[in-house]
Amino acid sequence: MAELLSYGFMRNALMAGVLVSFACGVIGTLVVLKRMVFIAGGVAHTAYGGVGLAFYFGVNPILGAVAFSLAASFLMGYVQRQTRQRQDTLIGVMWAIGMAIGIIFADMTPGYKADLMSYLFGSILAVTRTDLWLMLGINVLVISLVALFYKELQATAFDESFARVRNLPVDLLYLVLVAMIGLAVVMLMRVVGLIMIIALLTVPAAIGALFLKHMHHIMWLATGLSLVFTTGGLLLSFFFNLTSGATIILISGVAYLGALLVHRYCRRCPE
Amino acid sequence: MTDPVILNPPLIDIKNLYAGYNHETVLEDINLTIQQDDFIGLIGPNGGGKTTLLKVMLGLIEPRQGTVQVMGEAPEKGRKHIGYVPQFAEYDSAFPISVRDVVRMGRLSRQRLFKPYTDEDDAIVSERLAWVDMLEHQDRALRELSGGQRQRVYVARALATDPKLLVLDEPTISVDLEARTHIYDLLFQINQQGVTIFLVTHDLNVVSSYVKTIGCMNRRLHYHGEKQVTDEMLRATYGCPVDLIAHGLPHRVLAQHEGEG
Repeated sequence: MAELLSYGFMRNALMAGVLVSFACGVIGTLVVLKRMVFIAGGVAHTAYGGVGLAFYFGVNPILGAVAFSLAASFLMGYVQRQTRQRQDTLIGVMWAIGMAIGIIFADMTPGYKADLMSYLFGSILAVTRTDLWLMLGINVLVISLVALFYKELQATAFDESFARVRNLPVDLLYLVLVAMIGLAVVMLMRVVGLIMIIALLTVPAAIGALFLKHMHHIMWLATGLSLVFTTGGLLLSFFFNLTSGATIILISGVAYLGALLVHRYCRRCPE
Repeated sequence: MTDPVILNPPLIDIKNLYAGYNHETVLEDINLTIQQDDFIGLIGPNGGGKTTLLKVMLGLIEPRQGTVQVMGEAPEKGRKHIGYVPQFAEYDSAFPISVRDVVRMGRLSRQRLFKPYTDEDDAIVSERLAWVDMLEHQDRALRELSGGQRQRVYVARALATDPKLLVLDEPTISVDLEARTHIYDLLFQINQQGVTIFLVTHDLNVVSSYVKTIGCMNRRLHYHGEKQVTDEMLRATYGCPVDLIAHGLPHRVLAQHEGEG
């Protein structure tokens, strides 16, 4: 273990795991409670368009991903709120178009493209110090916003009509939430890759929501669980020479199935 | 309270209202005045526009034509005086939240942004919970409760807003008969305490023993500020007598109440 920590890339990777866990716990809980899993998945995949575009123009792919995932969050959020029918179709189409843009621009970029794969499948071992600072910044922003609007976010997640009748700024809160999802996606992209983001964003919170009744408790438990999943997955992948992102997701998936079984078969689970 | 010498505007004042969704008109030429202390029961077939009327009153749907005033103001401003109990179907039945947290939402408002709940809020929340007989369950998860208990929690949340008008959309759907009676008794007491009530429902036979006035609605509203439901009103609302029985409104019950009204 000490040997492990002597590698700079390993220290960075473990630190990245800690940082994304907070975003996962906090944003993931809101995504699960507000039933925005599909939007979160759509935003994640659309972000690949930004990666491809940035790659083509020789800009830092993270910037492209931030721009695309924020744009996708707002667009999908708008579709979700404004159109009455076929929201899932529209979001699904945007999801695919975003990915297609990324792939086409990658095709048009000459040279070696292995780096692009790391955005799809994650590369926690390649996390740089700059990435860590960016993650820390996003965490501070996201956690402050959620702390500031905690009771209002809970109220709109539970019952939006009632919140509107109380004259809460429901639309603004929704906008803030989709923007936070966009930022969380960029963070998680480095760790598990765009394709598997939905799992890490939703599984810890979904487990918490099965057993707990207070939103802040769910957020804490989800943070702890994603810390266990990312660290555990990272160590396993290191020792068995596996892809880290996929290992993290498989551990999460197994834990979720286990939690579902426990919830199903213990009648009087303590709330 | 305001100075009693000043004539209060009606709680709700709707004139020549038309509203609907996309190309469909659901409300036609609605005129409705709700006065202080009333307990109105609104009946009518599904799809007859009852919920739409509520949502227009609450400023959740824009009218196409006509005017809506809540406490003399536009619905977006006046609705802070309305305690709203939405329809059961609007909730996620597995949502993880405690009973007390639901009721505390009634204390939220735009002025409350950035400010935590106060001791006064907590006192009000406890009092409203006690009022609906749910104080002992305040720490339980909402999803563990029965349908009737949940409805009482939503009523407590609406009461926590200190409403002048309580508006309920089918509060007894998916609630057994005993719990139903409990809810109606509760509404009766709340009305006695000076809160005006507007109740949308489908079970006239129960409601007729609690409400003060009854309206019938099917796109158009038949309401005369009285408790009498005439055959004519029902025929206009439900279409034909066969339909009436299908909706569980036997004439026998109506006839008895025509006598009382």
